[in-house]
Amino acid sequence: MSSNDLMIEARGLKRTYKARKKVIEAVQGIDLSVRRGEIVGFLGPNGAGKTTTLKMLCTLLQPTDGEATVAGCDLRRDPEGVRRNIGYVAQGGTTSGLARVGLEIVSQAELFGIHSTEAKKRGLELLHALDLDDIWDRPCGSLSGGQRRRLDIVMGLLHQPALVFLDEPSTGLDPQSRANLWNHIRRLRDEFETTVFLTTHYMDEADSLSDRLLIIDHGRIAGEGTSSELKARISGDSLTFTLRDNEEAAKAGGVAGGLDKAANVVVEGNVLKFQIPEGARALPGFLKALGEQNIDPIGAEIARPTLDDVFLTLTGRSLRD
Amino acid sequence: MKFLHDSWVIFKRSIILSAQNPLWIAIGLLQPILYLSLFGPLLTRMASVPGFPPGDAWRVFVPGLLVQLGIFGGAFVGFVIIAEWRNGVIDRQMVSPASRAALITGRVLRDVVVLLVQTIILITAAIAFGLRVPIEALLLGVVLVMLLGASFSALSYAAGLALKSEDAFAPMVNTFALPVLLLSGILLPMTLAPRWLQIASDFNPFKHMVEALRAVFRSEYFSFTVALGFGLALGLVILSAWVGTRVFGNQTK
Ligand SMILES: Nc1ncnc2c1ncn2[C@@H]1O[C@H](COP(=O)(O)OP(=O)(O)OP(=O)(O)O)[C@@H](O)[C@H]1O
Ligand SMILES: [Mg+2]
Repeated sequence: MSSNDLMIEARGLKRTYKARKKVIEAVQGIDLSVRRGEIVGFLGPNGAGKTTTLKMLCTLLQPTDGEATVAGCDLRRDPEGVRRNIGYVAQGGTTSGLARVGLEIVSQAELFGIHSTEAKKRGLELLHALDLDDIWDRPCGSLSGGQRRRLDIVMGLLHQPALVFLDEPSTGLDPQSRANLWNHIRRLRDEFETTVFLTTHYMDEADSLSDRLLIIDHGRIAGEGTSSELKARISGDSLTFTLRDNEEAAKAGGVAGGLDKAANVVVEGNVLKFQIPEGARALPGFLKALGEQNIDPIGAEIARPTLDDVFLTLTGRSLRD
Repeated sequence: MKFLHDSWVIFKRSIILSAQNPLWIAIGLLQPILYLSLFGPLLTRMASVPGFPPGDAWRVFVPGLLVQLGIFGGAFVGFVIIAEWRNGVIDRQMVSPASRAALITGRVLRDVVVLLVQTIILITAAIAFGLRVPIEALLLGVVLVMLLGASFSALSYAAGLALKSEDAFAPMVNTFALPVLLLSGILLPMTLAPRWLQIASDFNPFKHMVEALRAVFRSEYFSFTVALGFGLALGLVILSAWVGTRVFGNQTK
């Protein structure tokens, strides 16, 4: 791979905040590489350092340490070059409530040297693509939360950047708007080879939209790979059994604990859960072992690990609401 | 070139936003017009008091009002930038390739233009009340108001963006405004003040600006007083531009 194909290459990025004499190490030295045309999902619990990382890569925050090349330009030596080539949609919105949609769109495009007629044309096209027809003359403050969020995304795409940073783009969007946004992002990648770096809290979004995932926790990269690579790294399948009562569940838990390669054995009430490689093969033997102790489960379930299981294993926290 | 282009883009956006809300421009005018109509008549009676400077009451009073308009026309714009920052507008514009200096210059230009409208209205009203001065003196008055307005608007943006909180910004402006007002002889000339108060007011640059404009309104153009007042105003503009651009640049720290 030539380095020209890397849209983001960061080494040892660090950021500390000083707030009221306390030092917060928000990002503690992360390395990452993103190739041209990739859609990378950046996942992590609240406060993990996602926004801080994005702001550094977008030249909004100076890194305390480390270096990065973004869209071919050095973050420290050529921040203006970085800005010319990227789009950034901030987590907290981008438009003034008093300003009309058209005013925000045209002024933003003009800052990138785009003429106002071309700006209006592109703005209207993007608004249409994100189902926002007929809002051109409305004050941004009069839009619904989801409409205004989609407008933020339009603002970030006006200058057709080669690399787009989206900080939780789909917060507040209904399922249909979310699906539509995913399609649009995929289209950007397929038609224009746009590189997309997005943070999200939605597992389905990370799973189905991203080509690759980066998991961040406590300011460090905790895991990296495609969704299926990450899932494969978890030791096997999740087995769930429902027993007649808590006592039986506890006993069954003991049996499960004795199985070769069983992991994460959890008993909650009359439900037993654990993970084991090749669950379908392990199941008959386990049922037999239970039968020898006169334990007869009333329900059993085998599931492939989900991204949420990955997340739980890597960060000790679940992203499920 | 790029600086001018970007400043123009920011200026256009800001002035359209202001034009959508002319009420604010009107409210900014209300105060000086009230002074003119409710305080001015009182002052004309005082012109005979010993210690009152030369020139009729309007020629003494209107320069003070103009300086006041210049200071307070710009002082509160910090609130606007705090709101814009909170909405994410500032961050969005900072991630664009726009010149950092243009992001503040465009906004300051808007404030100067709004102030120009207010100044013209105030001067017209003052003439209606009885102010009689040559046109070149009025023009110099307008220039001084613009210089002051630009300075305070830049400083106010800098303070707003540095503090990022209305609750911190409001007391700061008030703490600054009252002594400036009282020690500048804006309302009553400092020549009426006891000695210690006069000395204290010598340290207030705005007093010298008011004195300079009063001299100009007496058709006194080439004197130390005038040079000092306008020189201070020019210096303030340069200082404020530097502070403002620095605060914008330091946002990434
Ligand atoms: N301006 C700031 N001053 C001080 N601390 C900050 C500042 N911004 C962020 N932090 C802290 O840095 C850490 C990382 O914050 P960051 O916003 O990057 O998290 P995040 O992963 O984006 O979280 P979320 O999912 O909630 O958006 C948090 O502990 C946060 O409190
Ligand atoms: Mg965040």
